[in-house]
Amino acid sequence: MANMQMTKTPMPEQDPQVRNHNFLEVAQGYTPEQAVNEAQRCIHCKNPACVTGCPVGIPIPDFLAKVAEKDFAGAYEILSNANALPAISGRVCPQENQCEGKCVRGVKGEPVAIGRVERFVADWAAEQGLANVATAPKNGHKVAVIGSGPAGLTCAGELARMGYSVTVFEAFHTAGGVLTYGIPEFRLPKAIVAREVDNLVKMGVDIELNMVIGKILTIPEIFERGYEAVFIASGAGLPMFMKIPGEGLVGVYSANEYLTRINLMKAYKEGAETPILHNKKVAVVGGGNVAMDAARCAKRMGAEVHIVYRRSEAELPARAEEVHHAKEEGIIFDLLTNPVSIEGDEKGHVQSMTCIRMELGEPDASGRRRPVPVEGSEFKVDVDAVIMALGTSPNPMSTKGTEGLEKTRKGCVAADESGKTSLEGVFAGGDAATGAATVILAMGAGKHAAKSIDEYIKSKQ
Amino acid sequence: MKQYEIVKKKVLTPEISQISVYAPLIAAKAKAGQFIILRVDGEGERIPLTISSAENDLITVIYQKVGATTLALDQLNEGDCLHDFVGPLGEPTHVDGYGRVAVLGGGLGCAIALPVAKALHEAGNQVDLIGGFKTKDIVILEEEMSKACTNLYICTDDGSYGFSGFVTGKLEELINSGVKYDHVFAIGPLMMMKFACKLTEKFNIPTTVSMNPIMIDGTGMCGGCRLTVGGEVKFACVDGPDFDGHQVDFDEVIARNATYREFEAERKRDHLCRLGGGALNG
Repeated sequence: MANMQMTKTPMPEQDPQVRNHNFLEVAQGYTPEQAVNEAQRCIHCKNPACVTGCPVGIPIPDFLAKVAEKDFAGAYEILSNANALPAISGRVCPQENQCEGKCVRGVKGEPVAIGRVERFVADWAAEQGLANVATAPKNGHKVAVIGSGPAGLTCAGELARMGYSVTVFEAFHTAGGVLTYGIPEFRLPKAIVAREVDNLVKMGVDIELNMVIGKILTIPEIFERGYEAVFIASGAGLPMFMKIPGEGLVGVYSANEYLTRINLMKAYKEGAETPILHNKKVAVVGGGNVAMDAARCAKRMGAEVHIVYRRSEAELPARAEEVHHAKEEGIIFDLLTNPVSIEGDEKGHVQSMTCIRMELGEPDASGRRRPVPVEGSEFKVDVDAVIMALGTSPNPMSTKGTEGLEKTRKGCVAADESGKTSLEGVFAGGDAATGAATVILAMGAGKHAAKSIDEYIKSKQ
Repeated sequence: MKQYEIVKKKVLTPEISQISVYAPLIAAKAKAGQFIILRVDGEGERIPLTISSAENDLITVIYQKVGATTLALDQLNEGDCLHDFVGPLGEPTHVDGYGRVAVLGGGLGCAIALPVAKALHEAGNQVDLIGGFKTKDIVILEEEMSKACTNLYICTDDGSYGFSGFVTGKLEELINSGVKYDHVFAIGPLMMMKFACKLTEKFNIPTTVSMNPIMIDGTGMCGGCRLTVGGEVKFACVDGPDFDGHQVDFDEVIARNATYREFEAERKRDHLCRLGGGALNG
């Protein structure tokens, strides 16, 4: 008989007024008892909807059943066979739109906290020193992966498991892509990313750092080196700006830059070599996960922080949990508000931002109600930094020197659902193909691409 | 040789040194105008340096000991390895088919002007290279520069060697004497490039500048190196580092490059303290 508790078993968290001064992880994870209790809430539907909501197709009721029986090792085996990076997805997936969004228990009451149990199982396995790094015997085929973010790591892991020799080319000095430079320590500790990368290395994946593909080697040159397929997972590219006056002032950051300084270069630490401005009042423009991450970092750096978003709360694209956590930590939400200009002092430093009130009109192409400016409602707020979190445009670098590779209208690498591009042997997935999306969608793309790469190489024999 | 090993190190002046780093893949690809990003150690900052030459598996860069990272870099000697070395980044300088060009190098900028002048010269252009320094004692690369151009003019601010005055003064003198330039390249401190552009604008000579904004990843991700060119946002790492000097908003770049000046001064003081009191006078 399932546990019919209506709400999710709460997960211990750092107190908001404590954690908004440190970079330690916010959510502290279930105890074994809490995990078992939550797993027992699964009623094991005949046709589990949760699985259809999972981009990597984890057999969710099966691993929950093992947890419910306290067979954590069994749960880990099921989970890690389907998902190469469970400790990561358990932390950063927007479960409310995926597995948990489809959970029948959510119709009356709250869905099963699948993400929290997933995280528990992954962390438990790591504590026990368990790592699912078994691979098939080497099959003698070489595959190159460009980028070591969630898409690249997942694809590399899947292929290594099948027996391929995989080389991952990473442009930065540390592997992990957005997991390392983008998502903050308090949401995804970098030790966990390093652990997942280590597991891939144990599976025989070769990770080459400081390799900017398109510059040091082109994709055709990678093929010349004996690789039979290339997976482009180079992520999203340059940050977008609003094209309003004042964006060149000192104190205007893109979220990518602000987060990279903090997460990759550790600028928040005393004595760090990489600098960052210590601001008093910061406006973060945008309403996605990246905006929440930047806002919560700025708060931890000691600033009063406002999220400035042109639509209303219902349209915020961020994960519900991130919005909730941000509010708890004292981030102020200025909704239905849009910047018009940024003003500077005589030295060219940000001094204030002029905004205009917005109201929601008819739905636009995205299906969300279009924000319309309220005439004459401009007002000025004093701020000393503005962080633009408006999304990114595709990075053209990795595909330089690759003739005949088709791009989409927006400049992404054109790839079908299986990751195939217009060039034989070249596959693409994650943000490089879709534009900015989520970690789990990138992981799903990596998994699908690994399958098609395997089929492609086998078909040539 | 090991990856990223400093194979050769040469002290050019008390403030400026040159290192050649073992990086065969980068050396095979690098072209004039491109840059690398390096980290001295595992905790270090990423700093961009323009490639001075690329041959025999070695990338040569020239640096001035201006901040904590370049001071730390200077502690390394032949046989030591850098932690990270990434490149070649940025777009190469366009060198074909100009005709007669002037290349202006200011101080350390001469280290960058040199490969650009050389590439322009090898591409068949007639190249006047104008190198400016504060004073005679810190003139660097004179011999190398003389081989890389048609005419070399050295200028010193204090008149202790060559032309007395700034590179812009020499350029104006040459133009007034009747030399017709099809294109000017200005490479050096922001102020020097700004004034070079003001001058060439007056004479209507197209001018390319090599921009060196603050940069982190250098691969088109962070957007830190953005600048305004002709009213549009451009990124030095992807679109540059070369830009049409007449379109660049120099005042904005000058302000942005000073963003961390206080922090940098503090880090430099800390670093010099760690090195010991003697270095403070060095």
